[in-house]
Amino acid sequence: MNTSIFFLALRRMRVPLIVLIVLYAVSTLGLTLVPGIDAQGRPAPPMSFFHAFYFVSYTATTIGFGEIPATFSDAQRMWVTVCIFLSVIGWSYSIISLLALVQDKGFQQVLQSGQFARRVMHLGEPFYIICGCGETGLLIARALDRGGIRVVALERDEARIQELELEDFAADILVMCADAAQPQNLLLAGMKHRSCRGVLAITDDDSANLSVAIASRLVNPGLMVVARVASPAVERNMMSFGTHYVVNHFEKFADYLAQAIHSPSWFRLVDLLTGLPGQPVPERHDPPVGDWVVCGYGLFGQAVVRNLERQGVSLTVIAPEQNLPVTVRHIVGHGMEAEPLRLAGIETAVGIVAGGDNDTNNLSIAMTAKEINPELFVVVRQNRAANEVLFDAYDADFTMVPSRIVARECMALITSPLLTRFLRHVRAWPDARAATVARQLEELCGHRVPQVWSARLAAADAPAVHKLLTTQEATIDLRMLRRDPSNRHEYLPLLPLLLVREGRDQELPDDDTVLRPGDELLFAGARAAKAAQNLTLDNRNALEYVLTGHDAQGLLWRWFNPARNSAGNGGSSP
Amino acid sequence: MNLEKVIFGFFIVLAATLNFGFFLGSIDNPMHHHIYELFAAIVVNLIATVLKFGDRTQIGAVHLSTSLVADLQLVAAACVWAIAVHVTGEGMSAYVTTSVVSLSGGALLANFVSLVLLISETVMLRR
Repeated sequence: MNTSIFFLALRRMRVPLIVLIVLYAVSTLGLTLVPGIDAQGRPAPPMSFFHAFYFVSYTATTIGFGEIPATFSDAQRMWVTVCIFLSVIGWSYSIISLLALVQDKGFQQVLQSGQFARRVMHLGEPFYIICGCGETGLLIARALDRGGIRVVALERDEARIQELELEDFAADILVMCADAAQPQNLLLAGMKHRSCRGVLAITDDDSANLSVAIASRLVNPGLMVVARVASPAVERNMMSFGTHYVVNHFEKFADYLAQAIHSPSWFRLVDLLTGLPGQPVPERHDPPVGDWVVCGYGLFGQAVVRNLERQGVSLTVIAPEQNLPVTVRHIVGHGMEAEPLRLAGIETAVGIVAGGDNDTNNLSIAMTAKEINPELFVVVRQNRAANEVLFDAYDADFTMVPSRIVARECMALITSPLLTRFLRHVRAWPDARAATVARQLEELCGHRVPQVWSARLAAADAPAVHKLLTTQEATIDLRMLRRDPSNRHEYLPLLPLLLVREGRDQELPDDDTVLRPGDELLFAGARAAKAAQNLTLDNRNALEYVLTGHDAQGLLWRWFNPARNSAGNGGSSP
Repeated sequence: MNLEKVIFGFFIVLAATLNFGFFLGSIDNPMHHHIYELFAAIVVNLIATVLKFGDRTQIGAVHLSTSLVADLQLVAAACVWAIAVHVTGEGMSAYVTTSVVSLSGGALLANFVSLVLLISETVMLRR
């Protein structure tokens, strides 16, 4: 990278350098031709090359020692005047060219991308590449940063990058202004770096996300790839070449909505487990069962209709297009007006989905509908984060914010891959079971969104437990991982959700479950509980205390202790 | 026809010819080697060097290095001349002349390599 900057600079400086060489040559040559005078004022031969070059060297750089070696003749002075002007012009031109080069956008970009690549190369800790650091990317970057994971970001928009640099991150976020759809930029961002854990393709452009996904599958197949899409066609395309996770926010939200109608407690549980940890528990809104009205039949409208239909909800679509290929009742018109809403049966409906791609229209639909039927359950789609103020003021029952949905999904995938697995099981649960677990979680975490984490009983992740399980053949049951390592009679505010052993899943494992090396566990609970549990997993003394109630005694300590005891005063230091 | 190529070729050939002109003659006779010719050779060589800046191809790199060699040899020759004439006061004796001319002979070889490169590049172009 450095050599390319060097060559670029040399190339741009060619003309100024040649101008300087020519000016120096002309000045020197002139001085060797113009006759001088000696001390007595008699004509003398001209200067030699050596003296001429010496004189030009100090005059051209405007040092100006005077007339050396002898006083000049008038002819020489005449020529020197010309030389001075020539050299001043030459130097100014060169310096201006050099400054222009330094300020040049292309040159600076080369400089910056070189610096970026170097910093990425020296990253020693695991990191994720975020392609497209818009609203979604920023949410994810913040969440990852809070979780102590490094982030490398690619963003096309210069203004977004400046905003990003003002953000208060715990660790420096490495960001470059570049198009993520270009594979060489992905390489610069460390796609082949050994600490790179995954690539998140979350630009708002489906085709860019697609090219990022393909590039990472080809260049580094071991990487986890999460891609965001809006169109089902692109989604199928991505799945076809093995993108690990495809997040379609329209589909996701529609699915959640349908599930929430079907089983409100399931949705409650999902909301708790995928929310941003530490924040107050979101208010509970259970969408009612009955007739629903959907305004707008774009990608989002289609996803909602498809999912609600699957749950057997009776639907009416309001859309301005004349003949839609729609399987449910269709009213031609705009949802902002009262007439089509009445035609769609808004008076008897229980809920409305304002799902157009214009935020103002969506709010207008919601307000008009609510005026006609104040009991209505309102779901609005928010397209732009900038309109958050309006949506906050309106306070719908459900607001669908694409960036937040994608960010949640991505975070869940990154921080605890087991969670997705668990939620799939929960889908099959009866509503009452989900309700019990949700209530339990809420109480455990003091009505805040719990932290979700997974623990692997392997040598690297849980050395103390793993060692005890493999070498000393002790039995540890799950209860031990719930005890507080500072007081073993207390239980930590956490709930084991899932146990994966040899590919088999056990939901909500109970306290008596005996652990085995290699087990993977999913927990949800308070942030402090995670830290305390980590101590038990990592630290032999803490584990010993949790198991037996005694502090473990090290070899040195046992050896040393009798000596101290015989010395008299046991605890105090000299 | 490309003007840049014309200028490039012109300076390379001129650097070689001026160098050759200075080198030509009896090696220890200062009458055969005019100092102005050395000056011209240095200036043209420097310009040729700058013209070769910023080419990242293999042949461009060799071009640049030959030019740098020629510059080095010619500047060394100029230094020997300046020291002999102005510092030690020995003047252009046969001994000094020999050393200046042989240094410029080295530069001539480098310039010759540069010429060969130029010609082979042109021949390979086949257009």
